[in-house]
Amino acid sequence: MTAVARTPCPAAPHRARPDTTRAGRRGLSGLLMAAPALLLFGLFALIPLGGVVVLSLTSWDGLGSISWAGLSNWSGVLTDGTTWQALWLTAKVMVVSWLVQTPLALALGLFQAPRGRTRAFFAVLWFLPLLLSAVAIGLTWQALLDPSFGIGSTPGLHWLARPLLGSPDLALYTVIFVIAWQFVPFHALLYQAGIRQIPVSLYEAAAIDGAGVMTRLLRITLPQLKYTLVTSSTLMLVGSLTYFDLIFVLSGGTGGPGTATRVLPLAMYITGFQAHDMGRASALATLLVLFGLGLSMITTRLSGFTRMDSQQEGM
Amino acid sequence: MSTTSTARGRHQATRPPVQAAARSRRGGKPLRRTLSGVAALGWTALAVVPVYWLVVTSLRTRTDFTTDSPLALPSSPTLENYKTVLNGEFTTYLINSVLVTVVTVAVTLVVALMAAFTVVRYSNPWSRLSFRLYLLGLAIPLQAVIIPVYLLIIRLQMYDSLPAIVLPSAAFALPVTVMILVSFLRDIPRSLFEAMVVDGAGDWRMLFSLVAPMARPALVTVAVYDGLQVWNGFLFPLILTQSGDKAVLPLALTLYRGQFGIDVPATMAAVVLSTLPMLVVFVLARRQLVAGLTAGFSK
Repeated sequence: MTAVARTPCPAAPHRARPDTTRAGRRGLSGLLMAAPALLLFGLFALIPLGGVVVLSLTSWDGLGSISWAGLSNWSGVLTDGTTWQALWLTAKVMVVSWLVQTPLALALGLFQAPRGRTRAFFAVLWFLPLLLSAVAIGLTWQALLDPSFGIGSTPGLHWLARPLLGSPDLALYTVIFVIAWQFVPFHALLYQAGIRQIPVSLYEAAAIDGAGVMTRLLRITLPQLKYTLVTSSTLMLVGSLTYFDLIFVLSGGTGGPGTATRVLPLAMYITGFQAHDMGRASALATLLVLFGLGLSMITTRLSGFTRMDSQQEGM
Repeated sequence: MSTTSTARGRHQATRPPVQAAARSRRGGKPLRRTLSGVAALGWTALAVVPVYWLVVTSLRTRTDFTTDSPLALPSSPTLENYKTVLNGEFTTYLINSVLVTVVTVAVTLVVALMAAFTVVRYSNPWSRLSFRLYLLGLAIPLQAVIIPVYLLIIRLQMYDSLPAIVLPSAAFALPVTVMILVSFLRDIPRSLFEAMVVDGAGDWRMLFSLVAPMARPALVTVAVYDGLQVWNGFLFPLILTQSGDKAVLPLALTLYRGQFGIDVPATMAAVVLSTLPMLVVFVLARRQLVAGLTAGFSK
């Protein structure tokens, strides 16, 4: 890395142009290249990230003028039971989703990893949900789980003819199930890719030592999948903060029945864009940011994403 | 199941030297084989049944929908629902989606390639800081900043226009795109850069004649990945546009539900039609799509 950056110096002597000018021009072109991305990212992601904190201290209905409100949104939000319920539901979706999706994705990844036509065929079928938008998935499952005309009217499947999305007790679990339906194939792909990268020599050595199936799974495959597990879990946990589209559609934009599926992003949307209280919605959004940053700080530390070296080095 | 278990025996046997070892192991993993086989079959049913139901329902008449058994083939198959959808505003929504997706992906790729190049080329604190910012960006939930983005778009006089969707979508596609491109560019041999420096090439020439051509596979991969995300994106369109003629497909689907109400087969036809373009991409570029979904995340 540093070697590349310093190369102009040894290359310079046979050039008439003074070294300093070249370095200056290089710095300028580098700046020009980095600028558009930084501008776009700064304007629409970083500044809004700060903006949401500022807006949480204001009062705004989304149309009129914005006025200073001090901490009133925050005292309102933090003393409101629905906020804590939304946080609780978000955490619940996060934890249950992880518990449901991780073993399934790992099992499917193990199945998919060996190359072969049968497996490739299965993989194509599993891939289908990944092509559908969350809205398409939401509309399909909503109609499919309709107690009168949905799958529950199939002979043998009458036990499904109940208000899976309409009952406050079942709705959240139904939502978690549909989320899993959407995302397990993706995580299975991650595990599959991780398994395929495990050096075969490890298995050969284990075979020579007479290690059994379970031993190989527990002592080689799972430990070697450590990074995949961290990555997949990070994406699942941080991703579960953002389940908006699917729950929005499944609950008809209400986070219902009642507030049974009103997770934090939905509570934020409803407060801001349906109840027109942008200040308070911004306070909820700030909670979402804090939740997300906290989670990712823990997980990036574990996964070593920020390492500056090439992943192929040393292989 | 028998073909499945044969394939299972080939596990780890992709490279010739281990084939013998793998074969000797074939009989020895009943538990793991059974578990993952059962999971695989169960999941296949779970993945296929809803998609099958979606397609057969879209081919039913409204009357058949209430009387046919849900998983049976339609008793009088019809394309009426597709006609209903296509006779409406579908073409407008389709064009909007295509425009938004193509422009967003193009902007993202150009901007991200330049940024990734500077991250790899310069090892100064500034380039490190910019890379860290993009990594941080991976963790910013799009939902969390939607209100300031809404305010910004209003102030920029762009509310209810397609560029209003393009700009924030591109901004939020940047972190992943930069990350994937950076990890790809790092593997370009340094000697190639050095050779170009000796030839007196500047950054721009290096970008155009070395980095861009070498990064082509990675660019295709992220293009497909970003394209899928933008095509399926819902929140930005929901918040930043309002008129029907600016709606992109996912938003339009919710409009269809309102419009068709209890006419489920017509709604399902709209769902199928909205997914077809991605199905075409999948058929044409399955490898890139799979690679895109795992690139940068798998190690």
